[in-house]
Amino acid sequence: MKKILLFIIVFLFSSKSFALITVDITRGNLNPLPVAVSPISSDKNTNNALEKELDIKNLGLEISKVIENNLKTTGLFNPLNKDAFLQKPDIAHVKPRFEDWSLIKAQALITGKVELNDKKLRVEFRLWDVLAGKEMLALAFTTVPKNWRRVGHIITDKVYERLTGEKGYFDTRIIYVAEEGPKTKRIKKLAIMDQDGFNTKYLTLGNELVLTPRFNPTNQMVTYLSYFKNLPRVYLLDIETGIQEVVGDFPGMTFAPRFSPDGKKIIMSFAKDGNSDIYTMDLENRIVEKITNHPAIDTSPSYSPNGKYVTFNSDRSGYQQIYVMKSDGSKVRRISFGKGLYGTPVWSPRGDLIAFTKLHKGKFYIGVMRTDGKGERLLTENYYQEAPSWSPNGRVLIFYRETKSDDKGEGFTAKLWSIDLTGYNERLVNTETDASDPSWSSLLSN
Amino acid sequence: MYKNIILSSTIHVMVIILATLSLPFLAKKPIDLPPIISVELIQITDKTNIPFAPKAKKIIEKVKKKEKLVSEQAPPKKIKKEKPDAIPLPDEKPELVKKIEDKKQNPEKIDTEIKQVSEFEKKEMFDPNAIAALIDKSKELQAETNVKLNKTTQSQDKNMDISGLTLSEEDALKAQIFGCWSIPLGLPYNENLLVRIKLKLKPDGSVIKTEIMDHARMNKPGQGFYKVLAESALRAVKLCQPLRVPTTGYERWKDLQLNFDAREMLEG
Repeated sequence: MKKILLFIIVFLFSSKSFALITVDITRGNLNPLPVAVSPISSDKNTNNALEKELDIKNLGLEISKVIENNLKTTGLFNPLNKDAFLQKPDIAHVKPRFEDWSLIKAQALITGKVELNDKKLRVEFRLWDVLAGKEMLALAFTTVPKNWRRVGHIITDKVYERLTGEKGYFDTRIIYVAEEGPKTKRIKKLAIMDQDGFNTKYLTLGNELVLTPRFNPTNQMVTYLSYFKNLPRVYLLDIETGIQEVVGDFPGMTFAPRFSPDGKKIIMSFAKDGNSDIYTMDLENRIVEKITNHPAIDTSPSYSPNGKYVTFNSDRSGYQQIYVMKSDGSKVRRISFGKGLYGTPVWSPRGDLIAFTKLHKGKFYIGVMRTDGKGERLLTENYYQEAPSWSPNGRVLIFYRETKSDDKGEGFTAKLWSIDLTGYNERLVNTETDASDPSWSSLLSN
Repeated sequence: MYKNIILSSTIHVMVIILATLSLPFLAKKPIDLPPIISVELIQITDKTNIPFAPKAKKIIEKVKKKEKLVSEQAPPKKIKKEKPDAIPLPDEKPELVKKIEDKKQNPEKIDTEIKQVSEFEKKEMFDPNAIAALIDKSKELQAETNVKLNKTTQSQDKNMDISGLTLSEEDALKAQIFGCWSIPLGLPYNENLLVRIKLKLKPDGSVIKTEIMDHARMNKPGQGFYKVLAESALRAVKLCQPLRVPTTGYERWKDLQLNFDAREMLEG
């Protein structure tokens, strides 16, 4: 009896409890995440064999440099200096000493191993969470040795996706117009390269003027405009096979053919009877359909990723502005209302934004706005720049920028630049020659 | 027989007492908390939290009087925070600044008053134009608090004055974690991504155990963004430890919940 009473009393007096304290963390730092990219390890035999085949002394190191460079260009990661690494690559790949990596402030670690089996390159890699002391990802790829750069890009894509939650954009290519010679006598060739500027190939000889190459979002096909006997002609080019075909000759000024999201149609503008409107062409039956019918100049059409809408620019309001309509041409709505002229609208692959070029008071801006025209943000400003093209994940824009030539017509350059949606991470994209009209491919491997 | 009846009655009485003390709807005694406005104004440690409350009250009353004087001469206009949708073009910037300046009334006068009003809080400058709104808000909050208090149990009543972190303690902890948390910038801003992490702490602030409260969501398909955010939050906690916790009152904060919400940052 006494015991029970005592128990109840003790229970009553010890029932004093504390509510769980909650703290809301709504801010963080936007500093790039420190990442250690350990050289991909390889034994001597592999190194010797690969050196014979590729003329590269340490392929593992080169692959890690590709990864490092990719991560750096995103602006989201800070690859740490390899000189500070305490653990050897081969041991780190098997069992990293997390204390050593956290000592140099690494929060993520990439390790790997490269082997050569039956003339096939096998690269495995692991991504480690240094602070949690656990593995986040482990994958292996087998390919022909000469594809080693692509392996680096694919690894970066996987790492990027695991650490940011969104798809990467590294195993991609960029098609552009390579330009050479003085401004008045420019030779323009179609060129393609990896997104980091390597492996450039020229697809045309430069005899004819080429303009506005655009990737098919579903495969490695390109449509572009070329002048044949001074008449604009739209071509289709299969990059893998090199086979190209003429889609059609179009009258008057023809502009910027672009694929529909399913790759079955192309949409473009051309002038018929002196009036420029937007047309589509079915690539199977080659039937041309008029989408807009307005006395104003309608150009630069671009589909939304779901194919239901089209954005284009038109001067129907008196000034060139951006419009959105249904893909059948109905429900046309103006979305840009800011000062200046708006052009080259391109719908983001994510579907949430439209990128554009803006001309205001003699300066060109590359910017983005939401699809209803709200939330306009100008990302970069310069003397002359235009033609933004989205990375496949909708995070980065590539465009070209020209510099002013002097009185003698010298000093003129055209270069490719990229900028991310923050507007802070602006970078020059390496090209062998001057370059314009870039278009970003979708991911080569999914 | 009698023994059993007595025993049974005693236990019944005890259970009733226990229920009366624990169940929230039975509690009636209101809690005499300092007015919420004192919490709004003072950023101090737990030692000075309560003593400052009446002082702050006086200061607010003083501000009220001064505010009246200002309103008799010229009622200050409320200036709405102007957040343009687009980044202003270079030539638009000066106009914007000019516009805002035009709307202000007697800015010099207001400045001198601000200095007199706030003797202990120099970082967060008082906006005299917002005082009336602040006081109104405090009244509303007070009313809300009173409603809540009516529902508070006695046991909560006992703990209320010592539970929770003071503003300065909370700020210190937040500031530390802000510095450690690298927000994954690829996350979408328009999705509900709130990660709640429960921590068990040592008296020195080092972390004994972390638990993601919605752990099941991490491994669900299509929840890649949530997983990324949760992992970044865990990294922040590990990177930050030992956490900047108060030197006293371990029992209060030995269990702590952190709610990581990146939307504000991602929206820009």
